[in-house]
Amino acid sequence: MKLSAPLIYGLIACILLVSAPHAEHLPLWVSALGMALLGWRTFLTASARALPARWLLLLITLSSVAAIGIGFHTLFGREVGVTLLILLAALKLLELRAARDAIVLIYLSCFIIITNFFYSQSILTALYLLLTLLIILATWVHLQTGSLAFKPRLRLGGVLLLQAIPLSLILFVFFPRIQGPLWGMPQDAYAKSGLSDSMSPGTMSKLSLSDAVAFRVTFAGKAPLREQMYWRGPVLWDFDGTTWKRGINATLQAPTLADISQPVNYTVTLEPHNQHWLFALDIPARLSIAAGFAPDFQVLSPDIVRTRTRYNASSYLSYRANLNEAPLQMRRALALPAGVNPLTRQLAATWRAQAKSNVEVIQLALTYFNRGGFEYTLEPPLLGLNSVDDFLFSSKQGFCEHYASSFVFLLRAAGIPARVVTGYQGGEYNDLGGYYILRQADAHAWTEVWLAERGWVRFDPTAAIAPGRIQNGLSESLPDNAALPFMSRNPPQWMRDLRFNLDAMANHWNQWVLGYDMERQFAFLTRLGMEDITWQRMAFNMLGGIFLLVGIFTLILLRRLIVKQHDPVQAAWIKVCKKLAQAGLPRPAHEGAQDYANRISITRPDLAQPIQVIAAHYTALRYLGTNDEDKLRAFKSAVKNFKTIKGRE
Amino acid sequence: MAGFNQSYISLDKTPVLKSFKQTFRNWAFRRTVETGTVVLNQRRIYIIPSKQGFVFALVLALMLLGDINYNLSLGYILTFLLATSAGLTMLYAFRNLAQLEIHAGHIEPVFVGEQARFVFHFNNPSSLIRYQIHLHDDAEHETVFDLPAQRSTPISLAIPATQRGWMDSERLSLYTHFPLGLFHAWTYIHFDVRALVYPKPAAPQTLPAASAQDGTGKVMAKGDDDFSGLRNYVAGDALPRIAWKALAREQGLQVKQFSAQQGYSLWLDWAQLPNIATERKLELLTRWVLDADAQGLMYGLRLPDGEVMQQHGTAHRAECLRRLALYGMGDK
Repeated sequence: MKLSAPLIYGLIACILLVSAPHAEHLPLWVSALGMALLGWRTFLTASARALPARWLLLLITLSSVAAIGIGFHTLFGREVGVTLLILLAALKLLELRAARDAIVLIYLSCFIIITNFFYSQSILTALYLLLTLLIILATWVHLQTGSLAFKPRLRLGGVLLLQAIPLSLILFVFFPRIQGPLWGMPQDAYAKSGLSDSMSPGTMSKLSLSDAVAFRVTFAGKAPLREQMYWRGPVLWDFDGTTWKRGINATLQAPTLADISQPVNYTVTLEPHNQHWLFALDIPARLSIAAGFAPDFQVLSPDIVRTRTRYNASSYLSYRANLNEAPLQMRRALALPAGVNPLTRQLAATWRAQAKSNVEVIQLALTYFNRGGFEYTLEPPLLGLNSVDDFLFSSKQGFCEHYASSFVFLLRAAGIPARVVTGYQGGEYNDLGGYYILRQADAHAWTEVWLAERGWVRFDPTAAIAPGRIQNGLSESLPDNAALPFMSRNPPQWMRDLRFNLDAMANHWNQWVLGYDMERQFAFLTRLGMEDITWQRMAFNMLGGIFLLVGIFTLILLRRLIVKQHDPVQAAWIKVCKKLAQAGLPRPAHEGAQDYANRISITRPDLAQPIQVIAAHYTALRYLGTNDEDKLRAFKSAVKNFKTIKGRE
Repeated sequence: MAGFNQSYISLDKTPVLKSFKQTFRNWAFRRTVETGTVVLNQRRIYIIPSKQGFVFALVLALMLLGDINYNLSLGYILTFLLATSAGLTMLYAFRNLAQLEIHAGHIEPVFVGEQARFVFHFNNPSSLIRYQIHLHDDAEHETVFDLPAQRSTPISLAIPATQRGWMDSERLSLYTHFPLGLFHAWTYIHFDVRALVYPKPAAPQTLPAASAQDGTGKVMAKGDDDFSGLRNYVAGDALPRIAWKALAREQGLQVKQFSAQQGYSLWLDWAQLPNIATERKLELLTRWVLDADAQGLMYGLRLPDGEVMQQHGTAHRAECLRRLALYGMGDK
């Protein structure tokens, strides 16, 4: 079977549509090569030239596989797999010779679609999926029919897809979910995002450029004040002069809380960030999912968070944490790298001598930040080897990580145990959805200081320089020309509404479509009124729904097989015969129209006139080949006015 | 007889399987020969997934595994959309054949070596166009066609004629893979129709001498002068007889006919043929019948099992050829 040019264009379109979303993360040269191959194929088809020789294709294939192997340093893993799949699909187009190859391409494009879901499963991706499927189905129909024109092809594909949507919905709801994974994932299956477990100058300011959602929170009761919303993440202890790291906790002692207030209850929907930690309001006490509490109150999940995860949590806003801290931990909280930042150490020593208590030292430090001419900026200058000295005494420009880092350094130098805590601060309230959105831009670093009788107490030096950051968010505390992400600025009201609407939609999508797992499925089916949910029951319901819908579709589809009476003349005549049959004067099959009319005229003289007119019309229209719109209309109206019972009107 | 379509059913690996399959098919599917009009109702249409369909099911299963493993909700949706639309095409495949009305048409006799054209009239009374219907016999002779809505369309299946005599249409398969090629929907049609196959005309030979009645020899060219009209070309007609002028006028390939000349008559006699094989004799006689007819002669045919009186004309020619085709077949 020779493949026609429109069919080949259709296949090129399919491959283009399924690989286009990958362009974002493919190496540039792969995208360029893919486009070149598609362009080459289009050119060959348009100019009706022969396909390239096998050896040439083999050469291109081998060299691109080699290039991918070199570029990725491996030929295994997801990223490489997707890249290879796309390139091979494009190359397959160039050796498209028979219908069999076209089918392989169609199956391949279906498969490539699914690889895109590793990167995005948003609503837009779903809409794009529908478009892609429509084109693929239309091309597929084309492959089978050959003769069908573009529009009917598209329509057939569209009808198929429309019929498949409700069926898929039933399958989606009832198909039993199995908690994956079934086998080990390749190492590169997921990319880490968001906060990391180390902090150096620039870490936070880089994050603050991202609009990406970190997690969403719904409070069970009244939400706490914005300045109380510190979402605790990695706690950093060890400093090497530039970078803060989590290090290893020197104790196995579980964290303890005393003098707690009423708990705040809330639900967090965490976007996958491919790290172990979970975020919770300071200071977290309980979680609904399996999670461990590190001695420094960091919440850790036993597994890496690879899927969107939902959990309920309780936190206390006022507390005394770890009143009896382990001595080894205290030592960690006082350790400083030797030799660096002599000026800072000197300053700390002066304060130590001045102040009567630890609290007083802290006051002095905060005042120093507040009055010392510091500036809160996203673009601080680079710092030298003595980074804290450089920051405190010369540049005086920094983002939260600079303040947290130097504050802890100062206190440790003054002999007060302190540590850096990273996480998110604040949150944007979506009043349409009734939840808070925490974006990467809300990433923040603050400090905790251990004080006798009070345990670990939170101090946020950033609040001393830019109180607006804590009370109102990042955009309030930065100059207007700072390069902030669009979402973090203050847009007009309608744009806010639109943004909230979209995010509420995305949230529902995340919760109900993407987050539809075993747990959700059970909850949803219970809400639908199903009791004792078992696999058998779900399968039964699923099949029931499918059969019902397929039955309906069968009726719709096969209805068109029923032959309608298409001859209007004959149809009208049959109507007259029916009327007369009801009046007790049926027409035997052998009787001609005129004979029938004559017979009626005799038995029912009152009908003689109309039936004779009708019979004459009928004979003329049907047998004399009269083909006149006016005559037909006259005939039809005569039939319409024909009544077998007198005096009804 | 091989399977109904090698590319979709590949059971015929061993003779045992083959005979088992044949038995199964004879048991499962009707084997009666039909006359009149056949309507394809649901009892006559069989559907199984095609090989492609099985491959696609495998692709879907792989996709589902991926969805489960990576917990891809959108992947589930894609897989379900593809699976349900694929499943629905079964209905479309059925609908593509359903309610077609088929009756066998007239079949022109052919000579051995030509293609017998079995004609079937497919009436599509519904308002749906039917796409890509394949009609084929067990030996893979195939024709593919679309059927417009509310119309009867003649479809011919050409099968090479290899033997003189009656040629049965055998049981034919009618199938479609519309719209996605995932399902093989088919039915069998076996009509009581047969094509008459004339023996293959021998290479051109001079006609035997005309009968002794008038003593003239071979008909002279002057007999050609009495032109009586044109008739359509039939394979085997002599090249000089073709009406080239008519062809130039785009009237198609036609042959000049001449009125028979009184007194020029001959017998094409089996007994006078040299001692050659029976089939060769029949082929030679066939050639002579064609030539004699083309030259507008009165001719008769004498065979060991009877004779056809001297006559001329199309009907006479057809009768002579028929006798030759069925010679020794015991079926007149």
